[in-house]
Parts: sequence; structure tokens; C-alpha cells
Amino acid sequence: MSWIENRFEEGLIVTSLDWAINWGRSNAIWPMTFGLACCAIEMMAVGASRFDIDRFGAGAFRATPRQSDLMIVAGTVTYKMASRVKRLYHQMPEPKYVIAMGACTIGGGPYFKHGYHVVKGVDLVVPVDVYVPGCPPRPEALLEGLMRLQDKIRGQSIAKDRWRDVKEEAFASA
Amino acid sequence: MTIEGIANLLKEKFPDAGIEARLESRHPHVIVKPEHWLTVAEFLRNDPQLKFDWLRCITGVDYIEDKQLAAIYDFHSTQRPAQSDGLWSARGELSVKVLAPRDNPMVPSVCHLWGAADWHERETYDLVGINFQNHPDSVDDLNGRHPRRILCPDDWQGHPLQKDYEFPLEYHGIPAVTEFGQTRPLHG
Repeated sequence: MSWIENRFEEGLIVTSLDWAINWGRSNAIWPMTFGLACCAIEMMAVGASRFDIDRFGAGAFRATPRQSDLMIVAGTVTYKMASRVKRLYHQMPEPKYVIAMGACTIGGGPYFKHGYHVVKGVDLVVPVDVYVPGCPPRPEALLEGLMRLQDKIRGQSIAKDRWRDVKEEAFASA
Repeated sequence: MTIEGIANLLKEKFPDAGIEARLESRHPHVIVKPEHWLTVAEFLRNDPQLKFDWLRCITGVDYIEDKQLAAIYDFHSTQRPAQSDGLWSARGELSVKVLAPRDNPMVPSVCHLWGAADWHERETYDLVGINFQNHPDSVDDLNGRHPRRILCPDDWQGHPLQKDYEFPLEYHGIPAVTEFGQTRPLHG
């Protein structure tokens, strides 16, 4: 690479645009302040000093979906709540991500059999990026889920539409 | 006044209300017919001997074998001295069970006597389906006039804690039954 070597001052960084954008996105995932049930208590523990989600740049819990990148669906989603969850998701700007936290949001959990009012998995309502199992998951598990989401974001490219497969499927079925 | 005394007083006062005392049960209660419930309730609330001023809970029960729904009211009196050594005793308490036919479960609302009845009656209507007449927060829809629902969405069909309740197949486009089918236990 002799054509570029020693031609710039100290401090110049060479990177790909994808890497730089993904670095920024993955280290500033602002979650939405949004808790539905007992899993939200563990989510609050993750936000507090002992587990400290701010270490991953995701500690800025925004009180509005319009400033959020991540929706942590923490708790049982009822049919009554499902329309609100969907609306909040649609109000978030792209790029947006969803973590399904806990057994209820993954597949109905303990309400799978006899819960007349529980949505059997929040992925029936909004697309989910990372599933964090547990009832409720330990704070470490949610941090692990956040790190997996960061891995996912780092694999993105601005030259590729995240929703391409979904759109094609919707187009084919329409 | 003991619970036996209260039961005898009610029987004396309302001879045709079909009052039945079940005092040997683990939850001693008095059974009242729904058409007489309003006058009995007013008596319980206002009689200077009784003064049941606190409605603690309304419970709904589905007796599907008897084709009846029951609203069970738990009362407590805070004004009447219960016992010399303490405020809380079974003497200051009374439970009333109002049995209504399952196909047309009409029970008069007692919201004007006990403010606590408002939400309790809405919940009992929502989950068990007992229709409290003249409830202050009533709505009219395809199911007739009934208290507004409190837990389920307003457009919910059926009453989930009835024993023959059918789970919804979908709600507003969200599928409710999985590939494993409906797995609730069968009753009746």
C-alpha cells in the first residue's frame, strides 16, 4: 500500500463506511422506556448500577419511541396491549430492533395453555431480533441478548436492505 | 350480633326473599334471591343494628352443573363494635350469595350503597358474566345493556372465567390458537 503510506498526519483512521456506521449504531442502542410485567423489574436492574447497561452504550432509556432504537418487550403481552405494542413499534424510526425478553414474549410462557388473553409470542405482532429466554431472565441474560444484538448490527451493511426478505415475501403473497 | 342472629333477623324481616343460611360452611353465608337483593342490601347497609358499611369484595362463581351464576358479597362493619378485645372478628362480618340463572344472570347493582361495588361489579361482569342492572357505568351494545368491561378490551366476546368459555381463534388479526390446538380442560 505504498501509495497511501506516510502520506497523512498522525491520527488519520482508515475504515470502511459500513464499519464506522455499524460501530456507531451498535454502541448507542437507545432503548425505549417500556415495561409490561415482571420482566421489566429485571430490565430496571440492568439499567441500574450493579449491571449497568450503560457500559454498552444502551443506558439512555428514552421516554418516546421517536428517539429509540430498541424496544425491549419486557413482560406478558396481552391482546389488549398488542395493538399498543404494534403502534409503538411503528412510531420508532429505522433502524429499529426488538428484543423479546422472557418466556411470555417468546411464546406465551406460563400462559400458553390457559391464558385466554395472552399473545402467544410477541413475534406474532412485531418482528423480533433477539430472544432472551428466562422467567424472568437474569440481568446478565439481557446483557447477553444486547451483545448478540450488537453482533447482529455489526453484520449489517448500508448496501443491503435489512427487510429485503420480508418485503419479497410480502410482495409474493400479495 | 352473631352471624346466626343476623341470619335470623334477615329471615324475620324478609320472609319471602328465600333467605337461606349456610352457617356451617367454611365461608358462612346467607343466600338471597336476586329479585330481593336490593331491599336486603339496603337493610344491611342502613339498619342501625347491622350497619355493614364496607363491601370488601364481590366474587363471581360459575355453578355450571346447577346452571347458576353466583355473586358473593363480603361485608364488614366498621361502626359496630365487634368484640371488646379487638376490631376484627367474624361477628362484624357477613357474606351474601346471590344466585342468578345462568341463561339470564340479572342482579341489581348496589353501587349506590357501596362505592366499592363499581369496579367489582364491572370485573364480575367482565370475567363471569353476571349482568348488574342499573350500574352507573353501563354501556349498550349487541349483548344488551351491561356494565362496561374493566379488564378485557371493550370488544371482547364472552366471559373468560365461565366454565364453558371458548377461547378466541384470533383477535384483531393476531392468531390465538397455535398448531397445538386448544388445550384447555373440558368442563360440564
